[in-house]
Amino acid sequence: MSNQERRTFLKCAAPRKTMTKVVVAMSGGVDSSVTAALLKAQGYEVIGMMMRLWSEPGSEAENRCCTIDAMNLARRMAAQLDIPFYAVDAKDVFRSTVVQYFIDGYAEGITPNPCLLCNRRIRWEFLLQRALALGAEFMATGHYARLRTRDGEPATEAGLPSSVIGRIELLKAIDTHKDQSYVLHVLQQDQLNHALFPLGEYTKPEVRQMAREFGLPVAERADSQDLCFLGNGTYSDFLIRNIPDIAQSGPILNTADEELGRHNGLAFYTIGQRRGLGIAAPQPLYVVRKDIAHNALIVGKLEELGQNELHAHSVNWVAGAPPAGPIRAEIKIRYKARSAWGTVTPLKDGRAHIQFDENLRDITPGQAAVFYDGEICLGGGIIE
Amino acid sequence: MNKIYLDYAATTPLHPEVLNAMLPYFSTEFGNPSSVHRFGQRADNAVETAREMIAALLSCHPHEVIFTSCGSESDNLALRGAAWAARVQRGAKHILISPVEHHAVSQTAEQLATLFGFVLEYLPVDEYGRVNPADVARLLREDTAIVSVIHANNEIGTINPIAEIGDICHARGVIFHSDSVQGAAHLPISVSALNVDLLSLGAHKFYGPKGVGALYVREGTRLHPSQTGGSQEFGLRAGTQNVPYIVGMAEAFNLAQSHQAAHQAQLSALRDHLIGTVLEEIPNVKLTGHPVERLPNHASFVFEGVDGNQLLAMLDVEGFACSSGSACKTGNPEPSGVLTALGLPRNWGLGSLRVTLGHDTTPEGVKSFLAVLPQLVERSRKINQG
Repeated sequence: MSNQERRTFLKCAAPRKTMTKVVVAMSGGVDSSVTAALLKAQGYEVIGMMMRLWSEPGSEAENRCCTIDAMNLARRMAAQLDIPFYAVDAKDVFRSTVVQYFIDGYAEGITPNPCLLCNRRIRWEFLLQRALALGAEFMATGHYARLRTRDGEPATEAGLPSSVIGRIELLKAIDTHKDQSYVLHVLQQDQLNHALFPLGEYTKPEVRQMAREFGLPVAERADSQDLCFLGNGTYSDFLIRNIPDIAQSGPILNTADEELGRHNGLAFYTIGQRRGLGIAAPQPLYVVRKDIAHNALIVGKLEELGQNELHAHSVNWVAGAPPAGPIRAEIKIRYKARSAWGTVTPLKDGRAHIQFDENLRDITPGQAAVFYDGEICLGGGIIE
Repeated sequence: MNKIYLDYAATTPLHPEVLNAMLPYFSTEFGNPSSVHRFGQRADNAVETAREMIAALLSCHPHEVIFTSCGSESDNLALRGAAWAARVQRGAKHILISPVEHHAVSQTAEQLATLFGFVLEYLPVDEYGRVNPADVARLLREDTAIVSVIHANNEIGTINPIAEIGDICHARGVIFHSDSVQGAAHLPISVSALNVDLLSLGAHKFYGPKGVGALYVREGTRLHPSQTGGSQEFGLRAGTQNVPYIVGMAEAFNLAQSHQAAHQAQLSALRDHLIGTVLEEIPNVKLTGHPVERLPNHASFVFEGVDGNQLLAMLDVEGFACSSGSACKTGNPEPSGVLTALGLPRNWGLGSLRVTLGHDTTPEGVKSFLAVLPQLVERSRKINQG
């Protein structure tokens, strides 16, 4: 089906006989608004929900009823679509899980990805529970990814009962630039059984076009970029305020253990970073690794950078169980990284070993390594 | 799906007769009441007729009725106007209010304290949110500028002993204000019986339009206007009067007060059935507010371990529109100050539900509500435990 045909189908689809309730996790942005509009056009009974997440005190409006623009925008979108909208208070659980994980991670010297934990524990657990409690069969988000039952049917149309386990595959989005399967690799079958990702079939320009066609005033709104709880500040300011000893100066060493300069806190550097080291050297230097025990930043030449293997923990296999033995896969070590070929070997206790075919420059502990078989997202884990 | 509205304390639909009374003043009768010509005279006549109607219902003089834009504005004018005047007149600086006031009173008083140097003091309340008149007598000071105690509370429905408090204030020569935005919709309102100097009303709580209210100002009560720039409303509230809404308010108040006794009997029977059933059928629930001295249409509860906003969402999906003491459209609930003042712990205070009945409420509607509420409370409790 061409995109034009798909759109025509969506707009003309006859209303279902029994209305299936779908909660759309809304954000006030283009993607979730179009998601809600699409599902409504498909004949679902759509309910908008939006979580009120924690943000640093002082960075939110003082009003008890927050005046945060996004919440009001989402509420207006819902009114325009003539769907109910409910705000859900998730501040405490978000603070105690996601924000704490972020802070703890940096305090330990890793570079955590809080969006992964948010998807697993907040969006697809806390919010999903509340969506199901409203009588919804599915929860949809504006993520760019696709679902497919193993027999090839798109999961969105199959409406599988939740008793079918291990049958749903998570696929990359049609729009590879926007693909968000990386952050969804944490989902399990019982969550995917209730999930809908309608935007996975479309490109971002198509979604913007649909927003215009649906008359949604958010069509031209910019995509959100930074971590939602940081407000206007930078993450380094946030870390300084929240982790007492984070800005602890220490030596910058080369791989021969010679001190080349001073750094102002390991958390503010990332593996592979070249700029902002403040060292005059005859050739470019890169952050090669962090020596947490000695609070030292190790830098080196380009050829000293990189590894060809890693271990991951907390590995989730989307199918529900690890493969019997080593598998060949394409692996992404960051959300925006290019895939690299390698061999993934499942280990005990939810760990895995990954041997890459080539050296990778920016393997970063705390980020996820996510495994793909073509367009199928097999799962992933946290880089140790 | 049939939607059942059970949130009449939030607002009410416009009574059709009220709408009819208003309509000419949007079109043919469009004059400015302050104008010299006939258009103005006719509009002025409409406003003054409305003032007389309301005065008659309140048992006061027409010139004691000031039209405002809403109940909140009436509260603002009463507090700020009386506090400023009492300071200018006699150097008074003490303000005494209850902890269960509407924000229009409490936040105005807080602003008077933080920006204008007044000393704000709160009266204690009992477990039902009631003020004891003896506490007013105890806490009144020589320099008290104004006392404000809500007539009937919006969140918990409790009716305060306004007449007794008024007696005490008058014996000490202190101005007494009461917010009767909820009370006037359901209770007999005579300002002489209530012993008040200032009384706030809002039209949309009694099937009138939103955007219009009134403040009763007893003759001789000194107020400084907070909105200046015209001589309208006896110089207490500058600005061209909102003629159609004022006409609508008078019509609505007339209807409400004329049928007050009949409505009270009918609504309180339904209310008592609702309260009785909830208390019997749902475990770990408390009625908030006074069991007897409460608004006839008002039932309010707290459920232990329930997320009030979530319960409201579930009820809405099932077709029942209710409210809560921590209601917030943007999902940032805190137990309300009123519920906290009752001494409720947080895990009770967050699980509040307010069900308020009105003209279109039927016994069948209440029955179907009572049929779904227990399971939704149960479901909400399960999620919050998980």
